[in-house]
Amino acid sequence: MVLFWVVAAVAVLAAGGVVLNRNAIYSALSLLVNFTMLAVLYLLLNAQFIAMVQVIVYAGAVVVLFVFVEMLLGATGRIQVTGWLTPRLIVAAVAGFLLLSTVGSVVYESAIGGMRGNATPEMLAQAGQVQVLGITLYTDYLLAVQLAGVLMLVGLVGALQLGQQWQRGRTSQTTKSTLPLRSTESASAGTSHTPVSESGG
Amino acid sequence: MSGVPTAWFLLLGAILFTIGAVGVLVRRNVLIVLMCVELMLNAVNLTFVALGRELNSLTGQVFVFFVIVVAAVEVAVGLAILVELNRLRQTADVDEVSELKG
Repeated sequence: MVLFWVVAAVAVLAAGGVVLNRNAIYSALSLLVNFTMLAVLYLLLNAQFIAMVQVIVYAGAVVVLFVFVEMLLGATGRIQVTGWLTPRLIVAAVAGFLLLSTVGSVVYESAIGGMRGNATPEMLAQAGQVQVLGITLYTDYLLAVQLAGVLMLVGLVGALQLGQQWQRGRTSQTTKSTLPLRSTESASAGTSHTPVSESGG
Repeated sequence: MSGVPTAWFLLLGAILFTIGAVGVLVRRNVLIVLMCVELMLNAVNLTFVALGRELNSLTGQVFVFFVIVVAAVEVAVGLAILVELNRLRQTADVDEVSELKG
């Protein structure tokens, strides 16, 4: 019980740190703390395999990807965190309060109903949590697993294509590029386009 | 260990989701916006797992798998777009990129 409160408090603080930090690298590190705390919560919820996947995929891969891109882009100083925008902050605070109060009242007032499954803690402890989960994943949800694989392939090809455009644009920087966005940029650069992020702070 | 009520987990998920949503609305850096989207997805994952435990069902954990798959693909493609955007426009501000605005 105490563990839950400590972990929940740290998770909320880390989530706030993601939003509030001015430096994006600190936000990424707060995100790492938040992901790790969620892995602990999954352990508390008797979902050991999900906790491992959370650590490997989120805390391992996703945060590293964020930090890597931050290093790639932010090393030149072009990404600066711009200041607070007050009307936007007010609107966001009101929207967040409404969202939280709505969801919170629903959680508080309604009882959890629904059809109960057969995966009781005793059954899971006897048959093995990961084994039961794997059997469920590869029998009942086989089509969904296949579709998830196709989705990952499509995402991989898409990310690769974008990266190749980056390479191609770098090698032919001086010549006329064939990228469609390039023309709009040069058109707007002639009129009044100045990178705001240079001056923002 | 199983003494923590499920409603507390649901409430924690709601709080984390709200923080992520407010972050998406407030922040203008694309990188931070993507991080806040990840926060929201994680809050939903927590809700899935908590409800799955409450209902003695593994479907919640199966759904968390698919959410993690989608989140990983989303981050990869989103960050690739961000790198490309930074090359083209030298900015990471979401308000600076408004070509689709009529």
